[in-house]
Amino acid sequence: MSPGPAAPTPRAPAHAPSRTHPEKATDTMAKRIDVSGLTAFYGGHRAIDDISMSVEPRSVTAFIGPSGCGKSTLLRTLNRMHEVTPGGRVEGKVMLDHEDLYGTSVDPVAVRRTIGMVFQRPNPFPTMSIYDNVAAGLRLNGDFRKKELDGIVEKSLKGANLWNEVKDRLGKPGSGLSGGQQQRLCIARAIAVQPQVLLMDEPCSALDPISTLAIEDLIGELKSRFTIVIVTHNMQQAARVSDRTAFFNLSAVGRPGKLIEIDDTERIFSNPSVQATEDYISGRFG
Amino acid sequence: MSDNALTDRPQVTGPPSAGPSLARRRLPRWTPALVVLVSVGLGVGGGSLAGWESRVQQGLIAALLSVIVTYALTSLVEDSRQARDKVATSVVWVCFAAAVVPLVSLAWTTVSRGAELLDGYFLSHSMGGMTNIEEGGGVYHAFLGTVEQVGLATLMAAPVGLLTAVYLVEYGRGRLAQAVTFFVDVMTGIPSIVAGLFVLAFWNLGLGFGPSGFAGSMALAILMMPVVVRSTEEMLKLVPNELREASLALGVPKWRTVLKVVLPTSMGGIATGVMLAVARIAGETAPVMLLVFGNPLINPNPFSGAQESLPLYVWNQYKLGNAASIDRAWAGALTLIAFVMLLNLLARGIARWKAPKGAGR
Repeated sequence: MSPGPAAPTPRAPAHAPSRTHPEKATDTMAKRIDVSGLTAFYGGHRAIDDISMSVEPRSVTAFIGPSGCGKSTLLRTLNRMHEVTPGGRVEGKVMLDHEDLYGTSVDPVAVRRTIGMVFQRPNPFPTMSIYDNVAAGLRLNGDFRKKELDGIVEKSLKGANLWNEVKDRLGKPGSGLSGGQQQRLCIARAIAVQPQVLLMDEPCSALDPISTLAIEDLIGELKSRFTIVIVTHNMQQAARVSDRTAFFNLSAVGRPGKLIEIDDTERIFSNPSVQATEDYISGRFG
Repeated sequence: MSDNALTDRPQVTGPPSAGPSLARRRLPRWTPALVVLVSVGLGVGGGSLAGWESRVQQGLIAALLSVIVTYALTSLVEDSRQARDKVATSVVWVCFAAAVVPLVSLAWTTVSRGAELLDGYFLSHSMGGMTNIEEGGGVYHAFLGTVEQVGLATLMAAPVGLLTAVYLVEYGRGRLAQAVTFFVDVMTGIPSIVAGLFVLAFWNLGLGFGPSGFAGSMALAILMMPVVVRSTEEMLKLVPNELREASLALGVPKWRTVLKVVLPTSMGGIATGVMLAVARIAGETAPVMLLVFGNPLINPNPFSGAQESLPLYVWNQYKLGNAASIDRAWAGALTLIAFVMLLNLLARGIARWKAPKGAGR
């Protein structure tokens, strides 16, 4: 695959939102997230405990920490994907601007349309072509006009830096692409529904360094339009792409994960205020 | 290198100073073929000499001989580890032959005895106006009956089975799902005559309807449903959870995720499962006997009056016991096998056509 010329097309969201049911036609799409007192359970097991933090709009926030400390769980609570797991249950509040995602009358489906997600392993729909994969979110929601669809697909693929590689084979199956291309296809699919927040769960852990670089460049471009939260095990990656970094840890195996600190990425990586963070970052853990 | 542990092994070649050789004495590659040939010869020849005429006896002797000869030969020429290996291999081959021989024999007998009568005339005529010992006649009425009964049964069982499987895999939690799974398991084990008796008691004796193709297809549907549920369930479980999550994360409601992502991904396997279930019930005889009753005439209406079906036709013709009717029975059996095989090929075609395309992961 070609590394993809980093031709930045960060046209700020000048386009009018073409969705038919935007709750509010906002010109700034990105929103801020405030988490307060959030505890998540798997059945009787407490996975994360009493987490309070905030995610700034139009910036990249990285979650780092050892395996099993609840980074991914926290990420999944942010668009109500946690409760899809059998036994998944949440206490506490997640405010998207001024709306509680766990309010009684909130529809989880609407939440997921507003807050998109990219998963660890690229997962394009195997029965669909590249075009259909990108269009899937709009089509499956029955929320599109045929004429606009071509434009949205092109714009999303360009937004994911994939257009030049696939424009001649949009009808081919998406599973025929390389791993890195598939992951960018998944990002294109996620941004096609024009979410306000993009959650990424270790998006590069299954990719080679070149594809990782392509995705990291892409994250840098996307943050001008979206609020991005990324979970990563790669400390250098967190340092490269994120503006703010949150460090999570668990006191012992089987104990719930906790937020140790969240701060500007530069501070976390130069002089964090908690000793455990420094130990973890410098590899002197445990 | 400590070579003293290996010095007592037989050495054929190898430079003398370079330690023990890795080469061993081996039997030539054509040995197994020779062993089988010799044992079959001994089995058939020796068996005939001893007066054991049965092919089964001779086959068993040949099988036993080939295993023993293989062991003896290998342990003499090679070593005991190789001998054990060869014995295991030859036992597997003997079992394979024991499984395949009846199958081939069955197919061969049916084709050779059924093919002489199976032609356009046979397929397009019924037994109307025939005495039982006359030659001629045909299978059209039975074929039509089977297609209609199986078609109706599929129309009833496939949607219910499919939706049950979707419930069990996508929605079912707790007590209700456990109960459904349990009853599907129980239904899988229902003998076909019991399904037939149930419909007889409920539909014919209880509600007072006469025998009809539809009554038979109800019993067939009862037999088919658990098979469809089981195979569909397995296929739905094969769909990676990540695809469901990907769809849900796009803000697609769950029912649309199931309809547009999960079902299309597994459609090939589901179609295969349904077709195999169809093939299974196409050969059912007992409930058809009770409920469809049999009819030498063409009755195209499955909802009124007795019909014929292929298994029933085979049974009835064979029971008559004269040369002409036994020929018809074999030709009917061949028609049934060909029909089922056609459905199987169709299912495979659908599975290949509908399978997710492109490089797999």
